[in-house]
Amino acid sequence: MIPAPSPDPGQATAAGAECVHCGARISGSGRFCCSGCAAAYELVNRLGLARYYDSRAAAVVPPRTDPETAPQDLTPYIRQEADGSLSLAAVVEGVRCAACLWLIESALAAQDDVISGRLAVSTGRLSLKWRGSRERGGALLALVCRLGYRVQPCDPARFAMAGDGEERRLLRAMAVAGFAAANIMLLSVAVWSGSAGGEMGNATRDLLHWVSALIALPAVAYAGQPFFASAFAALRAGRSNMDVPISVGIVLATGMSVLATLHSDVHAYFDSAATLLFLLLIGRYLERRARGRARSAAATLLAIDVAPVTRVTEAGMTARVMPASLAIGDEILVAAGERIGADGAIVSGSSTVDRSLIDGETMPAPVSAGTAVNAGMTNIAAPLRIRVTATGTGTYLGEIVRLMEAAEHGRSGYTVLADRVARFYAPAGHLLALITFVSWLALGRGWQASLASAVAVLIITCPCALGLAVPAVQVIAAGRLMRRGILLKTATALERLAAVDTVAFDKTGTLTLGHPTLIGPVDNDALELASALAAASRHPLSRALRARRPDVPVAEGVAEHPGEGLSWNGPYGEVRLGSRHFCAVPGEEHDDHLELWLTRPDAAPLRFHFADELRPDAGAVVRTLRRAGKRVLMLSGDRSAAVQHVADNIGIAEWSARLTPVDKTRRLALQAAAGRRVLMVGDGLNDAPALAAASVSMSPSSGSDISQNAADIVFRGDSLTPVTETLAVARHSRMLVHENLIFAVAYNAVAVPLAMAGCVTPLIAAVAMSSSSLIVILNALRLRLLPIEARL
Amino acid sequence: MTALLYLIPAALFLGLLGLAAFAWALRSGQYDDLDGAAARILFDDPAIPPQRNQRRAR
Repeated sequence: MIPAPSPDPGQATAAGAECVHCGARISGSGRFCCSGCAAAYELVNRLGLARYYDSRAAAVVPPRTDPETAPQDLTPYIRQEADGSLSLAAVVEGVRCAACLWLIESALAAQDDVISGRLAVSTGRLSLKWRGSRERGGALLALVCRLGYRVQPCDPARFAMAGDGEERRLLRAMAVAGFAAANIMLLSVAVWSGSAGGEMGNATRDLLHWVSALIALPAVAYAGQPFFASAFAALRAGRSNMDVPISVGIVLATGMSVLATLHSDVHAYFDSAATLLFLLLIGRYLERRARGRARSAAATLLAIDVAPVTRVTEAGMTARVMPASLAIGDEILVAAGERIGADGAIVSGSSTVDRSLIDGETMPAPVSAGTAVNAGMTNIAAPLRIRVTATGTGTYLGEIVRLMEAAEHGRSGYTVLADRVARFYAPAGHLLALITFVSWLALGRGWQASLASAVAVLIITCPCALGLAVPAVQVIAAGRLMRRGILLKTATALERLAAVDTVAFDKTGTLTLGHPTLIGPVDNDALELASALAAASRHPLSRALRARRPDVPVAEGVAEHPGEGLSWNGPYGEVRLGSRHFCAVPGEEHDDHLELWLTRPDAAPLRFHFADELRPDAGAVVRTLRRAGKRVLMLSGDRSAAVQHVADNIGIAEWSARLTPVDKTRRLALQAAAGRRVLMVGDGLNDAPALAAASVSMSPSSGSDISQNAADIVFRGDSLTPVTETLAVARHSRMLVHENLIFAVAYNAVAVPLAMAGCVTPLIAAVAMSSSSLIVILNALRLRLLPIEARL
Repeated sequence: MTALLYLIPAALFLGLLGLAAFAWALRSGQYDDLDGAAARILFDDPAIPPQRNQRRAR
């Protein structure tokens, strides 16, 4: 990403300007939207890294600073290295561009005791090494937190996933195949030109063939493994896939060439085998990379799961332990601001908990003794003492993970188009080769020459164009979407998207922006007072108030009444900010309004009205989808009234409210059973199983990392247009794939008869193969020309 | 044609040298984060050693 110059941060002080650090609009005077951003800005300057603000991309909004992220006890994650240094792995959320990477790495490098701090942008993984005490680990992560990124320490062993090694292996195989292809081609050109001119002696030709064999045999044995393994697995399961004809073609071409070399024949096919392998490995590697951030959903979820908890021992003391060591019946303490580590019932204390991770509910719910709570909820207001009823995989959170894994497993049964084509294409190719061999043998041409023609048929039909047709289109489509802030994670997502006829949206955070905003005109003095009180609370509505007036100093001695509101004894009497009931305002509580009341000794009660605002283009996107003949659904875990309000606003006729994650998955299963292909768009953890269960899924990058992992596609920004754009690109991709396949078939229709007639020399085979691959890639490149507002 | 006897091994040796260099780069993790590498090339200064902080601060 190329950093674009941004206005000098020092000048952005006018009222109505943007926060210098995070770019959020601020209405009052001052330069920052909140104290967290101010602190982050100061920290960046103190470290001498102010260039961050000049070099970050103008369009990129850095993460909002959350000053409340408390450093945890990191001792369980720290590892002692052989050289005496300490190391720690963590997942950093919110890294968006080069400037973020630079800022984090430079800030860590500026610390005296840090040996290395390296952040992988594609996975968000930070590897940190330092010298000195274990306690410094927490301080170093806290430094990254203070810069405005969310940091979650994790177990490095859990990070060593299968995906990592696979990509490296493909790359190494590609290098070996490339080396072999280039060097053999060098020798082959000599053979071709020599035999054309008739100047090359038989001995020289044989020598060159032997050298080629020497390069090709180990190279094919090594670099062909990805294909051989896959083909073998498919055959053993009684199926056929793309890799079966590829493997057969490569093995036969190589084996045949060895025979030819042994008999000092004129033609050997080593170059075709190696080039074919090289081209196919390029396609395979690019396909693999197009999946982008291949971070496993389970790894991140487990990272959340392993935050230590505070257990109350028999003697009444407290100890920090890992949730895995908790037993049912244990009691744990959860401080305000901490995540609850296990399912349980509250023994004592009353507070409000943020349930959004579990069920997508916008508003925190009040809890008191006896209420059941789940792992993954965040305690907001006051300390709680909880008796554990379930731990680890037994928790509700664990249940969600299991649902997600089950759903993902179910989807892996999808067969990609290329494999479906290969299913009849491969036997046809093999049959033709067999016919060629038998016919020539019957015509009395000798078994060697007959076999040579049969292998030529196999090489020609070897689905190079087929093998490249799909990946080439996918890679170009992925690159095109990437530039628009849309990340394609699954290779087959585009194919599945092109077949979509129903689109299901989650509400909170997907159709809406996911956080309440103060709306309507308000009295300035009242707002100032309310903001002074709200600064003491972490409630989302308080934060929304603060966001409007961030520059008011915090009132001293504000008391928080969990689930009710805030009170403060000011110079003129008691001021209350909270629910209608709490402020003793007569009238009914309305479920469908997000409101706060402010009562002052000398004034009438005043109401602040909040709304979770719709994404600006939500209505337009829904209309476009309906015009394109797609069915649009809304599945939400929120209250009926709130869901209906949104549905009416943007014109969605079919909606359901109060759905649990299981309900959502079931709804999608019903749609699937009715033969519909559903695109699920959702952001919360509660959507994660549904995202995995839908035939294809998208998640905004503002969503939880879990749902981003479960989704096939992640998109960036406040706009929903990526949904329609991705659908348009998917449709065009399918068209191009079909064109490519038709071309591949046409190419075979011409080339195969020639090969069967025995007129194909290795030179012709190599030229035909490469040119057909090139044409397929060039055709795929047309996707770049697709206008942004392509018709859906 | 006898030149081939040492030219071919020489060519293969050079090719293998390149292959080995690539394998080394791969093993040392230089291909693990290609997106990051694309970004890092834009940093026009080395990671800041602590002693030089003050001079760099504006």
